[in-house]
Amino acid sequence: MLNKNKIKALLSRPEFSALAIFIFLLVIFTFVNDHFLNSRNFMVILSTYPELALVALGITILMIAGEFDLSVGSVFAVSPIVTMILIADYELHYIVSILLGLTAAAFIGFINAIVTIKFKIPSFIATLGMLFMARSIAVVISGGFPPSVPKDLPTDWLVGRVDMLRVSIFWLIGIALVCNYILKKTNFGNWIYATGENQNAAKDLGINTFKVKTTCFILCSVFAGFAGIIQSFRIRTVITSLGSGLELQAIASAVVGGASLMGGIGSAFGALIGTLLLSIIDNILILSRIDGNWFKFAVGALIVIAVILNTLTKNTADKIRLKDDE
Amino acid sequence: MNNIPRDLITCNQLNKWYGNLHALKNVNLKINKGEVIGLIGDNGAGKSTLIKIMCGVHSLDKGEIYFEGKKVNIKNPKIAMDLGIETIHQYNTMFQEMSIARNVFIGREPKKFGFKSLALLDEEKMNKESMKAINEVGLDLRSPHIPVKELSGGEKQGVSIARSMYFKSKMLILDEPTNHLSVKETLKVLEYVKSLSSMGIGSIFISHNLYHVHEIADRIVGMARGEKVCDMSKEDTTVNELIKLIG
Repeated sequence: MLNKNKIKALLSRPEFSALAIFIFLLVIFTFVNDHFLNSRNFMVILSTYPELALVALGITILMIAGEFDLSVGSVFAVSPIVTMILIADYELHYIVSILLGLTAAAFIGFINAIVTIKFKIPSFIATLGMLFMARSIAVVISGGFPPSVPKDLPTDWLVGRVDMLRVSIFWLIGIALVCNYILKKTNFGNWIYATGENQNAAKDLGINTFKVKTTCFILCSVFAGFAGIIQSFRIRTVITSLGSGLELQAIASAVVGGASLMGGIGSAFGALIGTLLLSIIDNILILSRIDGNWFKFAVGALIVIAVILNTLTKNTADKIRLKDDE
Repeated sequence: MNNIPRDLITCNQLNKWYGNLHALKNVNLKINKGEVIGLIGDNGAGKSTLIKIMCGVHSLDKGEIYFEGKKVNIKNPKIAMDLGIETIHQYNTMFQEMSIARNVFIGREPKKFGFKSLALLDEEKMNKESMKAINEVGLDLRSPHIPVKELSGGEKQGVSIARSMYFKSKMLILDEPTNHLSVKETLKVLEYVKSLSSMGIGSIFISHNLYHVHEIADRIVGMARGEKVCDMSKEDTTVNELIKLIG
């Protein structure tokens, strides 16, 4: 039996609402469409899922730290383009090229951090500027036509298949577990939450909030870059428009997963659930042959419902008073 | 016993400018171990600027600070905390969504293993020690896991004080610590500040409530327009005189 203590703890979790909606939709979609609940369909969902989930994970961590990144969609293109140029034009080893592609992403994250923190510009504006700049860089450095993925490039370690699953899902699970561990079990995780909730107080208590936020900006960009590399390896091509509009989907996933725009609230698990919700909605629209334009409507409705439900469950949890013996 | 130096902190000719505003003008202040200083003054008098310099939130433009006889450069809050200067700020420095244990140890978490900036938390120690620290300041909270948002104003202030005490502070700065507290909670805080003296902890108590200041301070320092306008023993003045002084 769940006692009050456990119910309160459960309702207080930021991802609770997303999880409740997920289970509800899972049941509904199973009845709506016979093809929804079968392993083959879920393998289809999971094959593209890690790419968006990784971006949402980075955004979630940054949102917990109290900031925001609109440039992730462009970074999603920059990293694979840099990687492919280095492989094809400069004949560098693919691992070195990937690392340099991720370094480019990290550099963009660093610039976002400096502009936001040192110049005290809202991250919404700073990263909006970077969204355009990074996209432009992606087009300029590739001349509009990035090199294609070489046929002999080893991609199995990243996007190959293990049974029906893609390897990328294991990368996602591994990265999410490490992020969850850092957020919940380490001093740095504690500082991320503290910085996001009350930056001035965190600073006055000796936390280097600049270092905390800069690390989160860099992490967010690197995750977006890595996700872009995964996608380009999966579809075996790179285009300059890769990741266009992805930033809003990733932010939607983070918010649906319980991350607060005010900072200080969110979880790695929430980012995964939030993204999964978006993925199954997209999937059911395709399976049911509904006009794809309804996807944006569904995402919008989901955001509003999830945030309302989040507020309600949080208020309910706050109202539960525990007795001494609990 | 008498050979132990009594000087805790000595501030010489402190100056601070905010742009063209000369917020602190040649302020001298000396605090001994175990002494409670009541710092009074109207809004904008320079009280907050003075204590923010002492606790490393603001940097000093001109002047010197000596702590236990040694010259120090308190350029950030971490340095102040390492010296043993703890501050309970006027504004809220609690993290509402975090547990009591995490609030007590924030920024100085006990670690099991790892690096300075990335280490596994020793949660068992945090839970146990935070409850011990809270009990020592006379609070009775049932669990270290309770989010701070569920505590009353007085309990939150108690957690702030427990945080300062746990880290063996040598000097405690309390900036309006009784704001927004009930009468009962206020009395508890005042009692606590009085008890710091017997532990040899020097303290600065800032309050607009001159009755509170007069009750607990050994010495009263008044400020106006960025300058120190008085520095006298409690016995040499009355609350009415203090009201006239800063009124």
